[in-house]
Amino acid sequence: MSFTVPDDCRYLDSHEWARQQNGTVRIGITDFAQDELGDVVFVELPREGDELEQGAEFGVIESIKAVSDLYAPVSGTVTATNETLIDDPELVNDDPFGDGWMLEVDLDDESELDELLSPEEYREQIE
Amino acid sequence: MSLRQPPIEHSTKQTDFGGWEMPVEFDSIRTEHTAVREAVGKFDVSHMGEITVSGPDATRLLQRLTTNDVADLEPGEGQYAAITDESGIMLDDTVVYRLPEAESETFLFIPNAGHDEEITEWATSHRDQWGFEATVTNRTEEYAMIAVQGPDSPDVLGENTDVDLSELSRFEITDGTVAGAQALVARTGYTGEQGFELLCPWSAGQEVWTALECQPCGLGARDTLRLEMGFLLSGQDFDPEENPRNPYEAGIGFTVKLDTEFLGRDALEGVDVEGPEEKLIGLVMRERGVPRAGYAVETPSGEQIGEVTSGTMSPTLGDPIALAYLPAEYAGEDRTVRIVVRGEPKKARTTTTPFLS
Repeated sequence: MSFTVPDDCRYLDSHEWARQQNGTVRIGITDFAQDELGDVVFVELPREGDELEQGAEFGVIESIKAVSDLYAPVSGTVTATNETLIDDPELVNDDPFGDGWMLEVDLDDESELDELLSPEEYREQIE
Repeated sequence: MSLRQPPIEHSTKQTDFGGWEMPVEFDSIRTEHTAVREAVGKFDVSHMGEITVSGPDATRLLQRLTTNDVADLEPGEGQYAAITDESGIMLDDTVVYRLPEAESETFLFIPNAGHDEEITEWATSHRDQWGFEATVTNRTEEYAMIAVQGPDSPDVLGENTDVDLSELSRFEITDGTVAGAQALVARTGYTGEQGFELLCPWSAGQEVWTALECQPCGLGARDTLRLEMGFLLSGQDFDPEENPRNPYEAGIGFTVKLDTEFLGRDALEGVDVEGPEEKLIGLVMRERGVPRAGYAVETPSGEQIGEVTSGTMSPTLGDPIALAYLPAEYAGEDRTVRIVVRGEPKKARTTTTPFLS
């Protein structure tokens, strides 16, 4: 089975991704992670204005068969959450790097992105 | 200890279930679940045990080992039953079949995954203790077992068998061929839909599986389907070590025939008279989240009254559902309780099972 690992993202070893775009950083979980979880039924996210700390829990994702904590790939302030996930949590399964995104964050320290896994390193991890 | 392998190869995610390496899901739980509710799906359930009992005292032995009335079975009939110990505690639940005509003095019963060895030992030691003349044989690794379930299951199975399925009533078993292999075909299942369970020789498992053209389903969907019906999962909703329960508590008092002689009968007669103190009760959670085994159940004021034994997000209802043993007065509809989901109490109400109407 092969999983999508976009080149424009950086990765946490707990299977979250971060992508710098338009002056913000988007966060979500990877294709590998959504496949491991199976049918996502519920995502619990922080609110706008909440602070994230790199490596710390920021939310919870529930699938039919499992529950898993979500970990922040970067530190920063939440500027937006993907509210469509409230009614359509399955978007995380259908499009984990696109419509299934979870948060947008105003980054505290850009160098934190360099500490994350590169696409190549993450591909090796999930092989 | 290495895991026991089913006779059928599955190139999908596997898990350890009762000591067997079994497929969890093939596509997604929701896809597989919906296929069974709306059309048809197939399950490799070769991890289920098969034990035969034959000989002059076969009926007497099984009568004493199970709560239901084995003497009531005609050739080719099956019945759901509990296997209880002297104190009425359930060791396992099972379906007992009296085989069809040619072998109608032989019984076959189906213990749950990983229980076949201990139940065989339980049966043989009691046979010896009681001095019965009966042969007890663990045939778990002689039979592949495949379930075909869903409203369209007669079509899919019908294309592959010489058995007249329209003549086979619920809980009946007959013999015939499926995809060219000798098989026992029973109209039973664990999904709440109409369907069949097939027992064929281990070596024919792969061929029969492949011939049945429909959605393959894993243990994940098997669990959500049975839970929507409120069916028990042995080892999870009851367990002689971890969560000892009698059939009345577990909601299967209908399998207990107190006018027969069986292990645990006297203890269960007492429970029947007094009524169980706790019952396995269905809960529907009214807030977002998914109840899971081990979560506490509380009164609205925060007093713990039980624990979830099974829980999931019901794919059919779209609601979070659970089973929990609660004080018997909570049985019935619309009592408000709380389920503690990762430290946060969430509103739930009691309901009757099956959860699906």
